[in-house]
Amino acid sequence: MSDLSIVRAHQFDDIEQQHDASWIGMWVFLGTEVMFFGGMFTGYTLYRNAYPQAFASASNHLDIWLGTINTAVLICSSFTMALAVRSAQLGERKPIINFLLLTILLGAVFLGIKFTEYYFKFEEHLVPGAAFNYEASLARPAEIFFSFYFAMTGMHALHMIIGIGLLTVLIIKARRGRFSAVYHTPVELVGLYWHFVDIVWIFLFPLLYLVGRHL
Amino acid sequence: MSSGHVLSVKLYAVIFGSLIALTLTTTGVAFMDLGRGLNAVIALAIAVLKALLVILYFMHARYSSRLTWVFAGAGFFWLMILIGGTMDDFLTRNWFGTLG
Amino acid sequence: MNEQSIERREHYLNVNYGIRSWLFTTDHKRIAWLYLLSVTFFFFIGGFFATLIRLELLTPQGDLVQAETYNKLFTMHGVTMVFFFLIPSIPAVLGNFLVPMMIGARDLAFPRLNLASWYIFILGGLFTVAAAAAGGVDTGWTFYTPYSSIYSNTHVALTVVGIFITGFSSILTGLNFIVTIHTMRAPGMTWFRLPLFIWAHYATSIIFILGTPVIAIALTLVGLERIFHLGIFDPALGGDPLLFQHLFWFYSHPAVYIMILPAMGVVSELIACFSRKRVFGYGFVAFSSLAIAVLGFLVWGHHMFVAGQSVHAGMVFSLLSFLVAIPSAIKVFNWTATLHKGSVSYNAPMLYALGFIGLFTIGGLTGLFLATLGIDIHVHDTYFVIAHFHYIMVGGAVMGYLGGIHFWWPKMTGRIYPEVWARIAALVIFIGFNLTFFPQFILGYLGMPRRYHVYPPEFQVLNVMSTAGASILAVGYVLPLLYLMWSLRYGAVAGANPWRARGLEWQTASPPPTDNFDRTPIVTEGAYAYEKEPEEIYTFGKPAHV
Repeated sequence: MSDLSIVRAHQFDDIEQQHDASWIGMWVFLGTEVMFFGGMFTGYTLYRNAYPQAFASASNHLDIWLGTINTAVLICSSFTMALAVRSAQLGERKPIINFLLLTILLGAVFLGIKFTEYYFKFEEHLVPGAAFNYEASLARPAEIFFSFYFAMTGMHALHMIIGIGLLTVLIIKARRGRFSAVYHTPVELVGLYWHFVDIVWIFLFPLLYLVGRHL
Repeated sequence: MSSGHVLSVKLYAVIFGSLIALTLTTTGVAFMDLGRGLNAVIALAIAVLKALLVILYFMHARYSSRLTWVFAGAGFFWLMILIGGTMDDFLTRNWFGTLG
Repeated sequence: MNEQSIERREHYLNVNYGIRSWLFTTDHKRIAWLYLLSVTFFFFIGGFFATLIRLELLTPQGDLVQAETYNKLFTMHGVTMVFFFLIPSIPAVLGNFLVPMMIGARDLAFPRLNLASWYIFILGGLFTVAAAAAGGVDTGWTFYTPYSSIYSNTHVALTVVGIFITGFSSILTGLNFIVTIHTMRAPGMTWFRLPLFIWAHYATSIIFILGTPVIAIALTLVGLERIFHLGIFDPALGGDPLLFQHLFWFYSHPAVYIMILPAMGVVSELIACFSRKRVFGYGFVAFSSLAIAVLGFLVWGHHMFVAGQSVHAGMVFSLLSFLVAIPSAIKVFNWTATLHKGSVSYNAPMLYALGFIGLFTIGGLTGLFLATLGIDIHVHDTYFVIAHFHYIMVGGAVMGYLGGIHFWWPKMTGRIYPEVWARIAALVIFIGFNLTFFPQFILGYLGMPRRYHVYPPEFQVLNVMSTAGASILAVGYVLPLLYLMWSLRYGAVAGANPWRARGLEWQTASPPPTDNFDRTPIVTEGAYAYEKEPEEIYTFGKPAHV
């Protein structure tokens, strides 16, 4: 058990106040992230409404199975992250590290599949810009779809990379015995962040991959 | 704020299983023709359900203070304002025309 | 307190010396000073651009600068003033200094994040200064697409990166304030005992949190379009330039409430102190701050009435814009009622507060003209709009900022500023301001468009008047810079409470110790109990040092 006076910052009266402040702080931050991604969801809504046919056509060019697998991979990683937090709550040490490692691994799998998809899109000339090539009648709005695809999944991937960085820091701290049943706030906060990134993907998947699949 | 509630592995596993099931469902339903509008609605409804499961259980919102709920909900509510206002403009462009 | 005690007693300024103790500080009061110096620097940069604009507009012809250069001048003036002065000024300087003290806390919830906020602000500022040095941007501070995303040949990407980075500074400050106010109030400091300055900063922080990320993504998408050719706003692809305007103004309209709400918070404190009275209708003023923050998010389309937005949306946004004026009006009425039968004194901070009330009212009323669809068709993008927002931003926000700086100067520095010079400066600013901007209402009404470096000769008289006013205003701004600096060395030593005010910040020494209070305050009364003595309102508990 670590010495409590070491982990309480001087501006707080007690460790409970510190925990409450940190918890609320992370939720507030996630609120900003909702609005950040939300701007892109707004644009997406506008254009899907304007060009339903092009969006359906373009969506069918994404690999629905890689997308589904990736969604499952990310959900697994949220599961392992939740278990990591649970281990921290119970004051365990090795299980925290193991679950965090699993989470990183699953996150890396997700990114690997994602960048593979990007590579395929590049080869199929579906990256917006000079090399973009598509069926003539739908080409222009399809390029808008792919602009959103790359912008939204790219921003999401960036957040995942940052998340993996945070998880690495947690593992280092856990190995040094910094967490206990009484103090494990960083694990909880990174957990909240990681779950949020999962939620963004939960919305991205149907909006990008599942448009007009029945056509 | 977060109650320090320790949830059982079993509960997490049930949520996890539900999320996977919902994922497979949403992919499967995508291939069925429910009328174009309904496909989108179902897909979004499933996504909302999945997000709620993650927020309530994985993120412990179910066991947290009201203040947490307020902050958790505020972002989504505000996003609806942004989307709502923007779409109001876009969808009514042909009603009375524009001033520009 | 005798002359020597300020030297012997330890406080937050003398506890540590040296540049490292400032650049690595986590003390909210020192961070407030870092921001004070930074925003002052940017204010004069923005003022420099304004000077060149007003000099060009002395004559109807474009004889001082070329059109392209003029476009860069008004863009850089707007970007610098909005993002690097107005938005941070009161929250990051006065808010940082006072929020913990007013609620009886030792610091903000996240002191290191607070320092990070400042470094992020500086980094963003450096990017923007670099863009200016490299030749500037000519899109207007509004960055409308497709000009900004495709056609402009200036340093758009560099500038939007700078603004994006600075946005994080705002977000983190807002986050810090919200968490602090929720979790770190002193014993007995219930929500309805909080000073209105705190309510104002809480409301402002809501806007920081929910609004700033949207301009971040809007500018990111412009940057991605410029650099990676992601065609999100490109009309050639079927993109809608209005999408950018929706995303941009969703933040930038609430941003103007970021700029005015803190100033209103300052005004509440000043009116109460210099009338020796409780603020009339405290609850109404507190809820009005929240109402302004919330309603302020519902009106952004009033910037787009003639941009191609639907008439239906225009009507909705017009109606909501009328509604948002109501809470502001409630505040003006309540401040006025506070003055009634108060024991009013006219120290410099009070002159700024009174000036605020008058000028903000004019600015706010002209906003109603602009919210009226039929009128806006004629005055949109004219000098009427420019006059409107300068009445609020300069006549309102800047005067609130200066009033606050003067009022809390003794607390921050332990010195009194020279009152005579301060009143002179306030008067010079008031006169210079009105001479600069009132003619612009007339110019706009007569049809002079904004963002043009040439104009028809019949507008010259009013333009010359405006430039003359600007030169007086400039003098008025330089004066405080000089006498405030002078007072640091030669000003009279201040006691803990030279104004005999009632806030918690006045119940500790000037300058305060690093942890703000020697003993934890315990609050038993509301904020403006001017009918009682401070000892009856506050007691102090166990030692605050931990």
